[in-house]
Amino acid sequence: MLDKIGIAKRIAKEIKDGSYINLGIGIPTLVANYIPEKINVVLQSENGLLGIGPFPSEEQVDADLINAGKQTVSMTPGSALFSSAESFAMIRGGHVDLTILGAMEVSENGDLANWKIPGKMVKGMGGAMDLVASADNIIVAMQHTSRSGDSKLLKKCSLPITGLSCVKKIVTNMAVLDILPTGGFQLLERAPGVSVDDIKAATQGKLHVPDNVPEMTF
Amino acid sequence: MIDKVVDNAATAIKDIHENAVLMLGGFGLCGIPENSIQALLKQGTKGLTCISNNAGVDDFGIGLLLKTRQVKKMISSYVGENAEFERQLLAGELEVDLLPQGTLAERIRAGGAGIPAFYTPAGYGTEVAEGKETREFNGKMHLLESWLLADYSLVKAWKGDTEGNLIYKGTARNFNPMMAAAGKITIAEVEELVPAGELDPNTIHTPGIYVQRIFQGKAYEKRIEQRTVSSPS
Repeated sequence: MLDKIGIAKRIAKEIKDGSYINLGIGIPTLVANYIPEKINVVLQSENGLLGIGPFPSEEQVDADLINAGKQTVSMTPGSALFSSAESFAMIRGGHVDLTILGAMEVSENGDLANWKIPGKMVKGMGGAMDLVASADNIIVAMQHTSRSGDSKLLKKCSLPITGLSCVKKIVTNMAVLDILPTGGFQLLERAPGVSVDDIKAATQGKLHVPDNVPEMTF
Repeated sequence: MIDKVVDNAATAIKDIHENAVLMLGGFGLCGIPENSIQALLKQGTKGLTCISNNAGVDDFGIGLLLKTRQVKKMISSYVGENAEFERQLLAGELEVDLLPQGTLAERIRAGGAGIPAFYTPAGYGTEVAEGKETREFNGKMHLLESWLLADYSLVKAWKGDTEGNLIYKGTARNFNPMMAAAGKITIAEVEELVPAGELDPNTIHTPGIYVQRIFQGKAYEKRIEQRTVSSPS
């Protein structure tokens, strides 16, 4: 099984040179730490920054420079700053190539639920609905099951939806899976120490299992 | 020359009345109108509708006005950092409209730009779409969303001049420029107020036409929610 860093490392392998990327809060933010040096990308922050740099030094900390997770950040050479309206013009206009975000549930046709648990948690959707409605490529970082062992890869989401048929690829603590255009989870890779049977048992939605499922490499 | 300068926050917000609709700039605690919020707290105006991306934290930003029950309704996209907000909402004590962040930004932009409604793909198929018109463009479904307008917009900028021209710094720009345009009365507070002519017109983010009152803010706390630093290697 992978820990959060393992999930982030595996997602980092999916990143293509020259892309503009929006990273969600949590595991997706960690992905930035594992993008290979020869891959050049620009990170977009929906609060109005293109070119998110590493966390600043103590001396460089600036309250007026944060990412969408409200963390203090720095800017890379060639950064640009803009308003929230401009930022979402970039997003809805299809100019951001890849969105990586977390999920509470994903259904076998790629529906995503990640913003609300009725009666319990009301945090709001932030920019997630705009991002998933517009991005061509969406990768989800998530745990395969809940703490009590219930599958989060479902036939149909039980929680309120963030976007319909939007997820393309999922990296969990157990596996890498694609959402097939015709529906269903296509198993691509398994995490070290995880068997195909483990993944079958942890997946409620329709799972397509090829003859050979290689173990992930990093 | 139109002089828009007022002495302080208390004077600037004095006529904000009960049940007014306000827009408040900022993303998290970055670029929020700290002085105007403090003045509203002191004035005690109740029944406010606050349009703002976030609701502050428990003891800062709009969170202060929630605590004193001055807010009747919030229109926001993300309110995860405020436990009191969540409590009031789950207890049914606060009206809340949660909107996709890009929809919120564009509804405010539309308000300032005189566009009564527009179509967006964000939120189609979700509970955000309930009761809204839908329409297909290029094989994809979209929602009709309407503009947002405010009685007062409270914005914060880095520098401003006596004509009301504003320049923002870093990611403190966020919702401030669109809100400045969408308020009937826009009140700008700035860290540095200069005479007209001192700001380079090429660098103005918000032209003064959108700003009715401006004042030199003071004692900015600029609280940081997540102070993250690189460990020295």
